[in-house]
Amino acid sequence: MSERTTTLSPGSEILEVRGLTKRFGGLAAVSGVDFSVREGGIMGLIGPNGAGKTTIFNLITGVYKVSEGSVLFRGEPIQDREPYLIADMGVTRTFQNIRLFKNLTVFENVLTACHLSASYTLAEAALRLPRFRREERALRDKASELLKIVGLEDRAEVTASNLPYGLQRRLEIVRALALDPKLLLLDEPAAGMNPDETEQLMRLIGELRDRFKLSVLVIEHHMDLIMALCERIVVLNFGMKLAEGVPDEIRNDERVVEAYLGAPAGGK
Amino acid sequence: MDYYVQGIFMLAGINLMAVLGLSLLTGFTGLFSFGHAGFMAIGAYASAIATTMLKLPFVAGIALAGVSAALFAWLIGKMTLRLKGDYFCIATLGFGEAIRLVLDNFQALGGSRGWPGVPAHTTMLNIFISVAIGVAFLANLVNSRHGRNLIAIREEELAAQIAGINVARYKNLAFVTSAIYAGVAGAFLAHYMTFIQPKMFALIKSTELTIIVIFGGLGSISGSVLGAVVLTFLPELLRAVDKWRLVAYGAAVILIMISRPRGLMGGMELSPRGVKKILAERRAKRAAAAANAETASAEIGSES
Repeated sequence: MSERTTTLSPGSEILEVRGLTKRFGGLAAVSGVDFSVREGGIMGLIGPNGAGKTTIFNLITGVYKVSEGSVLFRGEPIQDREPYLIADMGVTRTFQNIRLFKNLTVFENVLTACHLSASYTLAEAALRLPRFRREERALRDKASELLKIVGLEDRAEVTASNLPYGLQRRLEIVRALALDPKLLLLDEPAAGMNPDETEQLMRLIGELRDRFKLSVLVIEHHMDLIMALCERIVVLNFGMKLAEGVPDEIRNDERVVEAYLGAPAGGK
Repeated sequence: MDYYVQGIFMLAGINLMAVLGLSLLTGFTGLFSFGHAGFMAIGAYASAIATTMLKLPFVAGIALAGVSAALFAWLIGKMTLRLKGDYFCIATLGFGEAIRLVLDNFQALGGSRGWPGVPAHTTMLNIFISVAIGVAFLANLVNSRHGRNLIAIREEELAAQIAGINVARYKNLAFVTSAIYAGVAGAFLAHYMTFIQPKMFALIKSTELTIIVIFGGLGSISGSVLGAVVLTFLPELLRAVDKWRLVAYGAAVILIMISRPRGLMGGMELSPRGVKKILAERRAKRAAAAANAETASAEIGSES
């Protein structure tokens, strides 16, 4: 229990959530949640269904308006911003129920998301001026490069909806990376994957974190993935924070076991 | 060329002009509008004011038509684009009808009796040039990051937002641009018919434009071109069946939609890049099928 009090030096947190509350009518889906993600860290968010995990993602990314509390990204409050501005700042996510641009090819999915790396105007595009051609070439190179990194380059021309499920999840992650994010939120990235695919995904997330200097916040129900991947874990229950700590603490926390893990503690 | 055939070609060009804009809005951005005849009406009346009352050249009339349609669209868009799907559709329908009713009661512009004496400035040549510019602009737009952002909104609005796309701004961009096309089409129509009347811009006209876009294939510029030409000529060719003409027209549209549910072109383009894309997709599909079959047989092999 002593490790829980490890204090982080100020400024090393990329995301800080303070007293985060979201009410839908009379129901508080999330109430008074505090936690922070360290720069370069991987943080897990777990809890039973309906605990408010995805709601927290929607609050951080601006899809829902925050009822109370604040979300600080690199010390700057972002809770009242439009989702596209938050994305532009470097916070992006994947979705629990995959949301790809289904009728576009794998390449077009990534290319579309690269748009923030170009700055040519509508008029420049209409007249195909040099800047349009130059930046467009750079966008295409960037998209190809990203596909290569995650091993999707040979599927570049496949329509997204025709990809196998595991690769669709992978494509959603690359599409998020196309925005050059600083903080990546993954909503159940391993849902519906077999142990093999989960293993691969875990390795991929670690690699991408190192390569792109990302900080990651991940929601997952696969406990082996969470325990192996995350440095710290926040446990939610009924919209409130139940516990927070390193994986070993969480595994042995009686309240967590009772509320979520469901296995008898100390079953050696 | 036969005067009659030439006339139909000009009408096809005018329809195409309006359809190009609607293609951007419906085919590429995924927003349905049943009020675009309203923007055509604004364009028609604005250009007629320019060429008759203000004695301006036709080009200025066209420009004024585009600008006034854009202005109305921007205002309407600001107010209604936050509405989702069907609700936005109903709002545009209301707008189109409102414009028609206002013009019906606006006696200074002829009211419901119409406005005769608009000069006949529309020619094969100026329609052709305008349509060519319209097609080129649209093609360049949809193949740029701006166009891709619009397509992203059509495909998955929430994901588009998370990908940093300012959805509200891009929806308004598509709406205003499509209104400019409709306004310009209205200007050409006024100076082709030389007589304009609010009745010409009723709901049925808006519906016709949307039918052409869907018939040609959503998300395809060449489909819109083909659709506009085919569906303008079809009723004329069907004059042979006399009073059964519109029945035959309806039946023909239904038959084609049954045999090609995604429209004539359905997301494909008749351009060098488009053809290349179709071929690449075919190849990729075959390769993926082969790969899947391989893994499937490998799995069966390992299980047995």
